[in-house]
Amino acid sequence: MASELDVAYVAQLARLQLTIEETELFQKQLGHVLKYAEKLKEVNVEGVEAAAHAVPMFNVFRADEPCDWFAADEALSNAPRQANNLFIVTKVVE
Amino acid sequence: MTKRDLPAQSIVELRDLLRRREISPGEALQALQERINAVDPAIGAYLVQDFATAMAEAEKADVSLPLGGIPIAIKDLINVEGQQCTCASKILRGYHAPYSATVIEKLRGHGAIPFGRMNMDEFAMGSSTENSSAQVTRNPWDLSRVPGGSSGGSAAAVAADIAFGALGTDTGGSIRQPAALSGIVGFKPSYGRVSRFGLVAFASSLDQIGSLTKTVHDSTLLMNAIAGHDSHDSTSLNAPVPDYSKNLGRDLKGIRIGLPKEYMIEGVDPAVKSAVMAAVKQLGELGAEMVEVSLPHTDYAISVYYILATAEASANLARFDGVRYGHRAENVSGLFDHYARTRAEGFGAEVKRRIILGTYVLSSGYYDAYYLRAQKVRELIRQDFARAFEKVEALVSPTSPSPAFKLGEKTTDPLQMYLADIFTNAANLAGICGISVPCGFAESENGKKLPIGLQLLGKALDEARIFQIAHAYEQSTDWHKARPAIEAIAA
Repeated sequence: MASELDVAYVAQLARLQLTIEETELFQKQLGHVLKYAEKLKEVNVEGVEAAAHAVPMFNVFRADEPCDWFAADEALSNAPRQANNLFIVTKVVE
Repeated sequence: MTKRDLPAQSIVELRDLLRRREISPGEALQALQERINAVDPAIGAYLVQDFATAMAEAEKADVSLPLGGIPIAIKDLINVEGQQCTCASKILRGYHAPYSATVIEKLRGHGAIPFGRMNMDEFAMGSSTENSSAQVTRNPWDLSRVPGGSSGGSAAAVAADIAFGALGTDTGGSIRQPAALSGIVGFKPSYGRVSRFGLVAFASSLDQIGSLTKTVHDSTLLMNAIAGHDSHDSTSLNAPVPDYSKNLGRDLKGIRIGLPKEYMIEGVDPAVKSAVMAAVKQLGELGAEMVEVSLPHTDYAISVYYILATAEASANLARFDGVRYGHRAENVSGLFDHYARTRAEGFGAEVKRRIILGTYVLSSGYYDAYYLRAQKVRELIRQDFARAFEKVEALVSPTSPSPAFKLGEKTTDPLQMYLADIFTNAANLAGICGISVPCGFAESENGKKLPIGLQLLGKALDEARIFQIAHAYEQSTDWHKARPAIEAIAA
């Protein structure tokens, strides 16, 4: 399994630019981690439910009522770029 | 007692001094600040402190409240309105919290003063605090060693008497392990016991906020403040909160404590092993019945943990896109470049490594083999604990297989660093509660005393019982009274 990890490809999926050095280093280091994790193949998991949480969790609803939250200036207080009470994004549509 | 001795007080001792009006909250804060100025340059626990804001809170503190006027240090990933919250990451440099986490509101409701932003591994990913993008934190017992992590700043500060108590977070041991390596008490509540609202998420199904303190009694006071249901966190449990201090002082007669036979593994430091076995004997002498139990899937916990935690982290960290907050790359050539360079420039090596691993185990073709399988083994691990807790009220083990290691010793080998979590991360997978209390010392080759931690695990929502056992053990020993000899640095 471990040899199938292609760090350069996964980095694209994760929107993360890596240097060649980082790519090679992670390839080796994560290869070791995945090799270690291969021992999970030994476990018989037939009929076992996958646990997303340690405690059973169900949908939790609250009343659908408006409440006070950030005003625009508060929501924008950490924005790296903003104008006219809006976040500036990088152009999405060519 | 002189003002110089003030920072060495426990929360309970400080509370009593404040209530008797022997000192004022402002004087306590001032004394703490003076010691921070003297000692922290050598330790590196604090990223920043906002003394003026804290002093303003101290001046109007109500000392009749359970934590009235007591400064509590906060790990730098819990939002306090108006203060920085960087998770020790470059990607959040300059970020100031626009709101406060529920735990902060609750601490303030009990009269406490959130004071200081504590160093940590970036986004809580690490076991040594060496993954901080900001600074190195050193172990107060031996400055050439790590304080543990990821709540290393919180732990080192409490150990060095430059914090009365602190909040940290524990996703796979990040409170208990640094508490053990720094010689203090670290408590991880059951999953859902404490609200995560306002906590920057690492692995949402594992993260819990908890306490780092000088004593078990102090820990119960912080838990009394922060535990409870919160409608802002859908995973928060709607269960009554008992008074966690209530059981303190009760003896251990009739309490059964399990020794998991799978934890008697090779590779545990001999000093750790002998300290823990002596503690087990001590628990027996205090009246507890020691029982051997089995947790058959122990050997798989680290693999399960690093698959699930990285998968959840890769999803949680997708929010760092350089648009709404945080670092943003300049002069980008398009949207992909915007994301990829913003994240490349903002995240450190360990965070990048975990994003890659997490993205991989969730990716098409590998999801079933890694992520889904890990979730199933997680269920088996959870069942192991459920069966064990039918026979016993608590489990005992070392917190960490070794005392504090040297700075730089494990940074080049992530797998070795991950294996240091062997005794702690199963508790997060199973959602149960756990504590680390001091149980002895190893000696380093240069003659320094290195603290050892005893871990006690309890079933979900059985915090009060774990505090009772930990307190009984603590009070029957002198380990928690020992302090590192850092006066030489401070002088």
